[in-house]
Amino acid sequence: MATLLDNHLLSCMIAVPFIGILAMVVIRNEQVSRIIALLCAVLDLGLGLYLWSRFKPADEGMQLVERIPWMPTFNIEYAVGVDGISILLVLLTTLLTPLCVLCSWSSIKIHVKAFMILILLVEGAMIVVFTALDLFLFFMMWEVTMIPMYFMIILWGGPGRIAAGLKFVLYSLTGSLLLLVGILALHVESGLGTFDIQTLSEQTYSSDAQFWMFLAFLLAFGIKLPMFPFHTWLPDAHAEAPTAGSVILAGVLLKMGGYGFLRICLPIFPDAAVTFAPLMLSLSVVAILYGGFMALAQDDLKKLVAYSSISHMGFVTLGIFVFNRQGIQGAILQMFNHGIVTGAMFLAVGQLYERTHSRLISDYGGLHKTMPRFAGLFCIFAVASFGLPGTCSFIGEVLVLLGASETSYVMVLLAMGGIVLAASYMLWMLQRVVLGQPSTSTAEQIPDLTPRETLNLVPLAIVVFMIGVYPGPLMEMMDACVANLVELTNKALPIK
Amino acid sequence: MDDSLSRFLILIPAFPLAAAIIIAIAGPKLLKQWSHVPVIVALVASFICSLGLLSEVKKRSNYAEPEHRLLAHAGFEHVVTLWTWADVGEAYELDKPTYGDSEASIADRGHRDFRVDVTLRADALTAIMLSMVTFISSLVAIFGAGYMHGDRGYWRFFSYIGLFVFSMTMLVSVSNFILLFVFWEAVGVCSYLLIGFWYEKPEAAAAGKKAFLVNRVGDFGFALALFLIWTNYGTLNFHDTRADGETDQVLVAQAMETQLAGDAPGDNESLVVRGVVGRWRVAANDYATGGVALAICLLLLLGACGKSAQFPLHVWLPDAMEGPTPVSALIHAATMVTAGVYMVARCTPLFMASPEAQLTVACVGAFTALLAGLIAMTQYDLKRVLAYSTVSQLGYMFLALGTGTVVGISAGMFHLFTHAFFKALLFLGAGSVMHAMGNVIDMRRFGGLRKLMPTTHATFMIGCLALAGFPLLSGFFSKDSIVAAVHDRYHTMEHELDHRGAHADAHMTSEATGHDERGAGPRPTPSPLTSWDAARLHRFATIYHWLYLSAMFTAFLTAFYTFRAFYMTFYGKEVIPHEAGEHAHESPPMMAWPLIVLAVCAALVGISLDQTIIEGPNRFGEFLLNTPSLADGAALASFEFHINVAGTSGAIAIVAILLATYLYLGHRREIEWLRRLMDFEQFAKWFDVESVSRWKEVTWVKQLHSGAKSVGLGWLTGALGNVVLLLALITATPFLLGHFVSPYKLSLGKFFIDEIYQLLIVLPLRGFAVVCYAIDRWVVDGFVNLVGRLPPLFGGLMRSLQMGLVQFYALAMVLGVLVLLVARVMLAACR
Repeated sequence: MATLLDNHLLSCMIAVPFIGILAMVVIRNEQVSRIIALLCAVLDLGLGLYLWSRFKPADEGMQLVERIPWMPTFNIEYAVGVDGISILLVLLTTLLTPLCVLCSWSSIKIHVKAFMILILLVEGAMIVVFTALDLFLFFMMWEVTMIPMYFMIILWGGPGRIAAGLKFVLYSLTGSLLLLVGILALHVESGLGTFDIQTLSEQTYSSDAQFWMFLAFLLAFGIKLPMFPFHTWLPDAHAEAPTAGSVILAGVLLKMGGYGFLRICLPIFPDAAVTFAPLMLSLSVVAILYGGFMALAQDDLKKLVAYSSISHMGFVTLGIFVFNRQGIQGAILQMFNHGIVTGAMFLAVGQLYERTHSRLISDYGGLHKTMPRFAGLFCIFAVASFGLPGTCSFIGEVLVLLGASETSYVMVLLAMGGIVLAASYMLWMLQRVVLGQPSTSTAEQIPDLTPRETLNLVPLAIVVFMIGVYPGPLMEMMDACVANLVELTNKALPIK
Repeated sequence: MDDSLSRFLILIPAFPLAAAIIIAIAGPKLLKQWSHVPVIVALVASFICSLGLLSEVKKRSNYAEPEHRLLAHAGFEHVVTLWTWADVGEAYELDKPTYGDSEASIADRGHRDFRVDVTLRADALTAIMLSMVTFISSLVAIFGAGYMHGDRGYWRFFSYIGLFVFSMTMLVSVSNFILLFVFWEAVGVCSYLLIGFWYEKPEAAAAGKKAFLVNRVGDFGFALALFLIWTNYGTLNFHDTRADGETDQVLVAQAMETQLAGDAPGDNESLVVRGVVGRWRVAANDYATGGVALAICLLLLLGACGKSAQFPLHVWLPDAMEGPTPVSALIHAATMVTAGVYMVARCTPLFMASPEAQLTVACVGAFTALLAGLIAMTQYDLKRVLAYSTVSQLGYMFLALGTGTVVGISAGMFHLFTHAFFKALLFLGAGSVMHAMGNVIDMRRFGGLRKLMPTTHATFMIGCLALAGFPLLSGFFSKDSIVAAVHDRYHTMEHELDHRGAHADAHMTSEATGHDERGAGPRPTPSPLTSWDAARLHRFATIYHWLYLSAMFTAFLTAFYTFRAFYMTFYGKEVIPHEAGEHAHESPPMMAWPLIVLAVCAALVGISLDQTIIEGPNRFGEFLLNTPSLADGAALASFEFHINVAGTSGAIAIVAILLATYLYLGHRREIEWLRRLMDFEQFAKWFDVESVSRWKEVTWVKQLHSGAKSVGLGWLTGALGNVVLLLALITATPFLLGHFVSPYKLSLGKFFIDEIYQLLIVLPLRGFAVVCYAIDRWVVDGFVNLVGRLPPLFGGLMRSLQMGLVQFYALAMVLGVLVLLVARVMLAACR
């Protein structure tokens, strides 16, 4: 058993959710299916932590690699492995899933079993996406993540769920189509007859081919991330999805875009990445500011958080496309931190929504008085969201900005403007929701968090501060592999 | 960590943090009304540690034998590393430093790790700040235990206070710009929490948000400055380290010695990374100059302006008075707001590299001092008078830092130090009054309290005298040293100009700065002024001269508004608002004793630390100059008492106090008269349209007119009357308009800066956000939806072909085949 676990750790992590799904299929009882889902998610979290302990930070290559031929005719393999970039996102996935199960414990009232199955399905697929070494496997699981999300939105979502779900799925499908085109083009262009990412990245491609293939991947990842002009699916999807859906969507699914840039675009198309960098940087800065202004104009709590996501993901692309170590490390940290903080924000807003069935800021006020525990935690996540030093987001943003300051001060100046904006919309929101007097008489009887709900938020708050005060271990984990990546892209950079 | 300095450094912030955590956990259920105990104990313990640190630093600074020969005359610092916060290997290549080409600066080049260790430092500047902060906060915590008694958030208050003192002590003892920024924000958060302490009050919630956001604008500048420092110097540490993070100064000195000797270092790990304000860089003066230096300094200044409430970011501080009064005393008067001053003093070498930046600092300071002084003249809220006075005094400190001389920086820090005592005293006194008056703070609603509250009255008077700069009290010495430093600055420049006039051809060899009458020997380094051209010197001298005059005038304002508030509160007819109820009596001993202790300090701290008036040493300045970043200029410094300047400013203070006494003691008619004058009320009364038109009712005008009519000249006087009317109105119009923006109204309305910001920044931004949102909904998303509509549209077009007519289908098929055939034939033909 122990050797099986050691030799096939990643496969075990992937298998756990799917086994859970199989178990749930045969069980009828709703309560039991909740418990199974929670058990699987927690078990995966445990495996994730074990994975962390097994991980060797100094190694720059893939670790714990497993390869099994899958469709030998096309050289398609089931190949998984982790490096410093993917392990963080795997950890993030396993951390957020149990919380998603917990937060849906009582808020999901119909088709509980189906919902739990979908959560586990997303988790399994996400882990594969973040560990896949084979483009075909990557693409397949990329697609798989979309389906559960779609059903979560249209079956358990808010009033505008049908339209939002449709928009989400159409947008995502467009992206997937481009991704498929890109993958096939790459497959053909390389002439190696393989889908293996590492092999493909060792090949060099003509800059023309790189340009077009990069464009295809760029659109696919850009839609998922989402980057500035392709972001409109996100506020609707976030706002209409059930809490767990929003958490998964914001916490993990968006990260696939950033991960794709780091795993595929930069190593395989370094020249094109350099060509596109000015465009990407400008779009990032636009996203940071634009998302900030959007969030400032919102009266809907969930949409506010959604737009702030767009702003934060701007930092991710900004960091990636400055091609230096601080920038990329900052971008990865920012992805991780955004997952934690925004996930927590959606959890908190979901808890509010369960009590009042309103997402409008103007319906709230003075929650400090009625829900002190909630208010305290909510404030922590809100201030973490605008990158207060001592919380996790700070280190990510600082590193990204430090990286960007080597490329262009104008970018830094504008991005900093985004941070000021972030503080203004978050604090303004806090002032209207948490501080002041309760808005209505009924608002005075809102019960405070139950122990289960507190348990839902507290681990994230702890992570927020732990990374804020001591981000060292996370950074150490990715250092070698980011250095490797930077070296690759720097070869493509014009000589200074 | 085995030596006492490190232990003290760690314990000082650790005590308050521990207390804050204990209260946060045990406060609501266990401690309840005893929540103040852990904090008071912790703060007193921190204070004792700070004293230990102070004496240790003092002892070690005075070692006759330095531990390494390179460390002679370089001040004293001690750095402790706690843990590595972040480390990105080879993050940046520093290939073209913009500063000098000394050997050490060449060694700076190459790959740099982005390495941030959590390091604490002990040096003179930190020791002074630490002892001041812990002392004031202990007293404020004791006072707060009485003041907050019975409040619903009692434990919350003390938990926040503990958190604040932790952050503040860390802020002054960290040794890295990133960490400085971290705690810079952390004190901002504590301030936010404490301003919004009574969060049910909408004003309190709004004031907290405003404070935080205005500070964010400042932090924006600060952070940009950090990035510039990083790209220019390749490090963000204050101190020098080896590349492996070793901070022991002897080891670093040895590594430096090897490096300077030109021996290749054995490995990269033992390279010296010269800190931004570390001794090696200061000694070699390897600083970027020109535009880069100016940009860094101005951005740092923006940050400092935010935290220290300087124009144009001063607007948050008066509103911050919504917080509990002990908090106003601790955070918004004595400690946190001085963080900006501390930061600028800490970055002195950076500012030294850019005289323009220094001049800006001085101008911002002097202007803020003046502006806030003018506003404070007319406020009726006792705490706001004190708040504006704080802004004004902070302006003085910036003015002092902006003189750019070591004496000036010492003066600024000295004023920071003394100000902490008397301003905390005044705020706590105001708190005592508020406590007795049932939280009423409008000075028009109470008065004549001197018999009711004798202790508060007496201590408040000492505070007022100290703030006004009454001779021999602490404020007198510190303010005088600031004004004297400014005076010195322009005097030196004028002297240099005269000197050049006398030896026009030999000015390059001219002896350095300073008054000849100082009788100092040859200077170790030539003054940078010698390399300036005459026009620049002249410009600077003129500006500093004006700043000097402005500082003198502000001194007058300070004494005046302070005593205005004092008389309005404690003298005149005894008036007590009904809210006071049973409370209208002297405060309990727990609140009175801190007042007494602070009053004694406010009276004596000046003379005990600056004895230049009796030809003694300036202990404060001499100790402060042991800070490594200031040690370089220490040789240039000569502390002396300027009897002319001090006499003038002392006289001004006394005159202003007398004037205030004349106007506000006893009958208050004079105030009304003054107010009317400053409000253009007389003009408005005599010259407004109605009263001008009433002129024709005046008897002699009527008689003249009727007389003229009788001789047939009525048209003439009529026309004349109209012309006079018109002229009167034309001349009066400016005054009529002026009535709305008269000096009095400007001062009362705080120069309408808040309103201007609201109109020019807040509303446009919110409007822009709404417009953006509309664009997002209707344009960006609209386009997406349009794309979404296309498939059904095409589908709709196609649908009309499906009409069910078999003949049509057959026709279409035949046509299609034909088209294909033709195409094939044509293709073949083309080949």
